[in-house]
Amino acid sequence: MIGYTLKRLVNACVILFVIATATWFLMQLLPGSPFNDEKLSPEARAQIEAKYGLDDPLLVQYVRYIGNLAQGDLGNSYQYSGKPVLEIILERLPVSAFLGAQAVVLGVIGGLLLGVIGALKHNSLADSGTALLAVLGIAVPEFVLAPLAQYWLAFKLGIFPPAFFESWWHSVLPSMVLAITVAAVVATFTRTEMLEVLGQDYVTLAKSKGLNKVAVVARHVLRNSMIPLITIIVPLTAALVTGTLIVETVFAIPGIGEQFVRSIQVNDYSMIIGTTMLFSVFFVASYLIQDILYGIIDPRIRVVGHGD
Amino acid sequence: MERGDRQITLTQDLFEPVKRSVRDAEELSAPPAGFWSDAWRRLKRDRIALLAGGIIFLVFILAVVGPWLTPYTPFAQDLERQYREPSLSGFWFGTDEFGRSMFDRVWVGTRVSLYIALLATALDISIGMSYGAISGYYGGGVDNVMQRIIEVLVGIPNLVVIILMMLILEPGIIAITLALAITSWPSSARLIRGQVLRLKEQEFFLASRSLGAGTFRLIVKHLIPNVFYIVIITLMFTVPSAIFFEAFLSFIGLGIQPPNASLGALISDGADQMRFYPYLLIFPAIVLALITVSFRLLGDGLRDALDPRMRM
Repeated sequence: MIGYTLKRLVNACVILFVIATATWFLMQLLPGSPFNDEKLSPEARAQIEAKYGLDDPLLVQYVRYIGNLAQGDLGNSYQYSGKPVLEIILERLPVSAFLGAQAVVLGVIGGLLLGVIGALKHNSLADSGTALLAVLGIAVPEFVLAPLAQYWLAFKLGIFPPAFFESWWHSVLPSMVLAITVAAVVATFTRTEMLEVLGQDYVTLAKSKGLNKVAVVARHVLRNSMIPLITIIVPLTAALVTGTLIVETVFAIPGIGEQFVRSIQVNDYSMIIGTTMLFSVFFVASYLIQDILYGIIDPRIRVVGHGD
Repeated sequence: MERGDRQITLTQDLFEPVKRSVRDAEELSAPPAGFWSDAWRRLKRDRIALLAGGIIFLVFILAVVGPWLTPYTPFAQDLERQYREPSLSGFWFGTDEFGRSMFDRVWVGTRVSLYIALLATALDISIGMSYGAISGYYGGGVDNVMQRIIEVLVGIPNLVVIILMMLILEPGIIAITLALAITSWPSSARLIRGQVLRLKEQEFFLASRSLGAGTFRLIVKHLIPNVFYIVIITLMFTVPSAIFFEAFLSFIGLGIQPPNASLGALISDGADQMRFYPYLLIFPAIVLALITVSFRLLGDGLRDALDPRMRM
């Protein structure tokens, strides 16, 4: 198990290194510079470029970049006159993390409930209803849901504040929009898995032993359907990150996602690289967690290796 | 043998031997159902999938001929008719801030979105299929190296690659298509490889090989037809995700640039003005949702029809 975990860990580091290198190379190809202000004289521009080390040979810049990255130094933002990228990210991270965590809790609970109802009342009206909700939740993207929710629930009905992040109440509507996708994924998966488990012999045995329905569902069905749920850790992470970009932009929430979209629009390269690396670490960590959990649950994977 | 007065005379000509031999039981009473006709028979029973297919067909038709159904064009600006409400007699979907007919713009946008999605999916599948087939067919060291590469590529988040690609390439149809194809092919390659590995162990493959079939014939005659159904199922799930990503990019400002339109660009513009002109958001959003939902439902139906073992 330790060997397997180490192997996954090394793999994760390789992936992060590849991403860091690729990101840096792509950045060299970018058109435009953060200092293409017409009013700058060539001397002034050379001075600024020297200050940020942009006049060094590329290899020197690359080694410096990787070295700094390894120490957690993501460079300085061009947009915020030299404020460290890491500082900006750390300032905004708690907001996004809170929003995301709230959405995950809400979405997983809602999704589990919907999925269990769908499976237990298989082929009934309730089942079709949950299935339809799940399909809609997956197929209707956040950039449609978020403006619609903002329009109906905030502007028209006035239940929620329409934007900004001033109190907990402000975070409810954005979290709900994020949670819908999460709930849809969890519900579809739970329903399918539970239907599979419900047909197993040991469930029939548990029922025929005379256990009551709640005990059968809680002890035997639900527990065994939860194992394959590990598979959705990665897609959920992906959904959450893309979702945050949109939801934070629509609701004007000062989190990582909103900053990232703005950095893209103003060509703040170091901010973009920094945030991209943060997202990558996030994704790779979710892969790692998924693989390790798999290894714990299914010993065959540790021997054969991933995906074979 | 007497029962009352009734007498039954049984003569030889009342009887006729049934001409039936053991061999007749083997005879086919109907033309044999091939793989595709069998799948079609199963699909025909799936009403939801058929409905989804119909909607997709309709959307395709409208994306092609939609702009010709009105006397307006999608690009001509006319500031005299800004923000007209949707009405049956005038502009069916209303007009935007430049007085352009939204009905025309929505279908032109759909055309761009579908074009990007189909092109990206075609690229994705051709790269993924070649890579997966080679990796699975040769196996051993080749497979090992190719799979390690895939493992790293799959680990790189799509979002990151797509955003970086969009930054270095000029935003536009080609850039989005390339970015989408580059991020999605590793997963199709994995699927195809798995299937090829399975097929390689089967008897018909061994038979063909022992009859002297070469690599080319084995791949073209036996492998490709047998992974084709996977390709179709993948297609059904790749197209909506490509449409989704295109719309997402346009929404965060990295996609199709004005005055060109795509569903994502229209939704993004609509969201900005939704407070006062909700119809600018609602029409493109409905079309987008219709396309993605229909593709998914048709994909589910096709999967059940083409591969009944996967049925849940």
